[in-house]
Amino acid sequence: MKLKDIPHYEQWNGFEGRIWKEEVNVRDFIQKNYKNYDGDESFLAGPTAATDKLWGALQKLQKEERAKGGVLDCETEVVSTLTSYGPGYIDESMKDLEKVVGLQTDKPLKRAFMPFGGIKMAVQAAENYGYTVNPELKRIFTEYTTTHNDAVFAAYTPEMRLARKTHIVTGLPDTYGRGRIVGDYRRVALYGIDYLIAAKQEDLLNCGCGNMYDDVIRQRQEISMQIKALNEMKQMAQAYGYDISQPAKNAHEACQWLYFGYLAAVKTQNGAAMSVGRISTFLDIYFTRDLENGVLTEEQAQEIIDHMVMKFRMVKFARIPSYNELFSGDPTWATLEVGGTGLDGRSMVTKTDFRFLHTLENMGPSPEPNLTVLYSPRLNESFKRYAAKVSVATSSIQYENDDVMKPVWGDDYSICCCVSATQTGKEIQFFGARANLGKALLYAFNGGFDEKHRIQCGPKTEPITSEYADFDEVMQKYDFWLDWIADIYVNVLNLIHYMHDKYYYEAAEMALIDTDVRRTFATGIAGFSHVIDSLSAIKYAKVKILRDAEGITTGFEVEGDFPKYGNDDDRADEIGVWLLKTFVEKVRRRHTYRNSTATTSILTITSNVVYGEATGAMPNGRPAWPPFSPGASPSYGAEQNGLLASLNSVAKIPYHWSLDGISNTQTINPDALGHSEEERVTNLVQVMDGYFSQGAHHLNVNVFGVEKLLDAQAHPEKEEYANFTIRVSGYAVKFIDLTKKQQDDVIARTCHKTL
Amino acid sequence: MPDIKGRISKLETFGLVDGPGVRFVAFTQGCRMRCKFCHNPETWKPDGEAEEWSAQDLFNRAYRYRNYWGKNGGITVSGGEPLVQVDFVAELFRLAKEKGVHTTLDTAGNPFTTEEPFYSSFCKLMEYTDLVMLDLKHMDAEAHRALTGRDNGNILEMARWLSDHGKPMWIRRVLVPGISDDPAELKRCREFIDSLKTVERVEILPYHTLATAKWEQLGIPYPLDGVPTPTAEQVKAAEDILCRD
Repeated sequence: MKLKDIPHYEQWNGFEGRIWKEEVNVRDFIQKNYKNYDGDESFLAGPTAATDKLWGALQKLQKEERAKGGVLDCETEVVSTLTSYGPGYIDESMKDLEKVVGLQTDKPLKRAFMPFGGIKMAVQAAENYGYTVNPELKRIFTEYTTTHNDAVFAAYTPEMRLARKTHIVTGLPDTYGRGRIVGDYRRVALYGIDYLIAAKQEDLLNCGCGNMYDDVIRQRQEISMQIKALNEMKQMAQAYGYDISQPAKNAHEACQWLYFGYLAAVKTQNGAAMSVGRISTFLDIYFTRDLENGVLTEEQAQEIIDHMVMKFRMVKFARIPSYNELFSGDPTWATLEVGGTGLDGRSMVTKTDFRFLHTLENMGPSPEPNLTVLYSPRLNESFKRYAAKVSVATSSIQYENDDVMKPVWGDDYSICCCVSATQTGKEIQFFGARANLGKALLYAFNGGFDEKHRIQCGPKTEPITSEYADFDEVMQKYDFWLDWIADIYVNVLNLIHYMHDKYYYEAAEMALIDTDVRRTFATGIAGFSHVIDSLSAIKYAKVKILRDAEGITTGFEVEGDFPKYGNDDDRADEIGVWLLKTFVEKVRRRHTYRNSTATTSILTITSNVVYGEATGAMPNGRPAWPPFSPGASPSYGAEQNGLLASLNSVAKIPYHWSLDGISNTQTINPDALGHSEEERVTNLVQVMDGYFSQGAHHLNVNVFGVEKLLDAQAHPEKEEYANFTIRVSGYAVKFIDLTKKQQDDVIARTCHKTL
Repeated sequence: MPDIKGRISKLETFGLVDGPGVRFVAFTQGCRMRCKFCHNPETWKPDGEAEEWSAQDLFNRAYRYRNYWGKNGGITVSGGEPLVQVDFVAELFRLAKEKGVHTTLDTAGNPFTTEEPFYSSFCKLMEYTDLVMLDLKHMDAEAHRALTGRDNGNILEMARWLSDHGKPMWIRRVLVPGISDDPAELKRCREFIDSLKTVERVEILPYHTLATAKWEQLGIPYPLDGVPTPTAEQVKAAEDILCRD
């Protein structure tokens, strides 16, 4: 054994600190080197001619893509790996203009063939858009290998299949990649691949002490796969003429290196969420060094960021129709964070945080990357105002409360999906689906008989037979079904993640994460507001039960008034807090795969439509089958006292019981927000300050009127709607890319305006 | 009078056009005016559908939103006509000022009189009121009566009273084409405003038809049926006369 020399690279000249040189530790590098910026946006530069040209070309492609029904081109001959393609560009004739290069395939917006998650889905996705996968490939992946999907279904129990069929648990990652793993892509820029390989080789040497238990064997294999992936990343970059074995030497290279790391992830995984992570403060250190050295101008800095963001806007996967119903609008959750504060209290806002937000002005609104402001009322006023200004203009930004996340995740967390935090490079998530707690309540009434599929799902229990619902009886029976759903849900996920690790392991992403990784087990809740209002109706009013000939509930008549979630009424809101705490405790009690830490979320994405469709009439008077309200948002029409009452209701839900996130989406009419831009910005900042200072977790901010939505639905061809972006639960979409049903749902939601 | 109950038609937690900043707005029940353009006709009848609130409860409710108010927001009482329940509003505002909350009274001034018992109550209310938003719906007495069913003499008197007592005011005018947009009358209104010492802002509120459904629901024939909403040019022309600095 010998003492290791501290490595030094000339690419690190001018950087402070020591620990991050001795070990892979990007946070230490950031904290030792970043410079906070507390000025306003006046320094920002507009788009360069090259940016306009490339963005113009890309918009043309996006238009063609839409005209072709949503997919421009689809691979049918080549299996996507890190090295299966040579270089690809937005436009071959303009490739020298691209400051940041790299495509998932050989052509822009062409969707890769990714069979490892499931060959049936990969074939079906292609066929759905009129492409036929080479039969030989289909044969190989059917006869000679096992895919994730095959393995999961081979192991499912009959009860799991039933729960899946009735949609009491929906959105399971058994037909698509689980996602929610954010590689620390910054490592590629700071260290170069060779350093990272050396570190992983050392981990492999230190993995286990010779006794081959299954967890040691598995980890040894995984590290080897990671090292292989790192080597292939070098090859992948080589195809574009870049050698990424060494650290990046300037801001341009840092962006390019980092992007190659991300590209490796999206070439090998089609996860439901493929987040970019928290990169702005890190990259700013490089930009600042170059600007101070006089080797870069602000225009050039912005151009690099614009081009990088353009690439994030281009990430695509081939999806099957049932996936699109769940997650409408072709989202990839290339989530990217700006803002936030450090553990030492310093603001982490830099000029590059402004630059990322500015891409929404330079290239117009866009759903991706999913731009997320890590918000604190204590952030610089100038930054808060700029974010609010861009929000009002583009409705493309979401806000998450740094003050509640920082104590849990530290100051280097990334949002790994829509709204969920993980420590960058140190944690991953086992994510999956949501438990439909609304449907579970109906199972309590009907003894486990599914009101839609007309089959028994789960054990047969004594149904409720009284004419009027009795609160105590409902609560007692509901508790049993909450237990049942927590049990089956956790076990389905255990099975899925075991198989995902085995057959669809994320080697490229995990190569950029610590070997000794922490894992969270992220469950979720659907139907939150409807259960609260239903229980409130039973408790505070009289609820008459209507049944069909078989004794199954068909509707409920509510006699009298009852408090509803969304009005800042503690009587209703406390039911919500109870429901969350009860459910998460039932989840936590159970064994979760690989000793992961169980969490939960109140977050539905656009799947609120599908969950609603699967759920019969509920005791609050909600009729059968219309969409649920999304995430933790109150039920449509329940809010009687305006936006702030609604926000206060949501803010009461304790984040520490829902560490995977509490999503709230609100739409404000611009006229109601203020008379001038100045007033709108001031008011929006005040709303967020008020909301987040009460401990709320998340807010999607949309600023437009319902008239605009109706016009966009009627005239999607209008130029002004080509990039019209709206925030839905946890991500943003182009409104015209939503299904008709989902458009109607967005239109139907409460739009806050005052007469 | 701590026990006094108020009758409240509606609460809005996110009022942005009812005084400075973000405001909690309580709409009181009951108004004697019958303005043809009224957008809250459900608040006319004093015994109409409303919730009873004690001043303390209503203040506690409002105070939940203090985090959103920033430096300039606060509580606004609108209506209906808040001065119909002057003692209740006075008590509510007294509680607000105890906590340093900004208070705005949004009134049309119709109940104003210097006769007792109203006058003492009004003076007390003004002790706790930071800003009065006063509607001057028409300067011409006859036209005012035709438009609102009531005289405007005491309303103008109230404006003078506020001016004489140093109470900040925002003057507002609902602009109805052909009814309250005559340039000569607007000029007279502006001259009157110029005679007041405490007017901080003058606003034109363009007449809108969003409330016609409410009239229908209440079974009251809508008197302005067929009257168009003002164009941007008409609003601008009126602003040029009424709102010039």
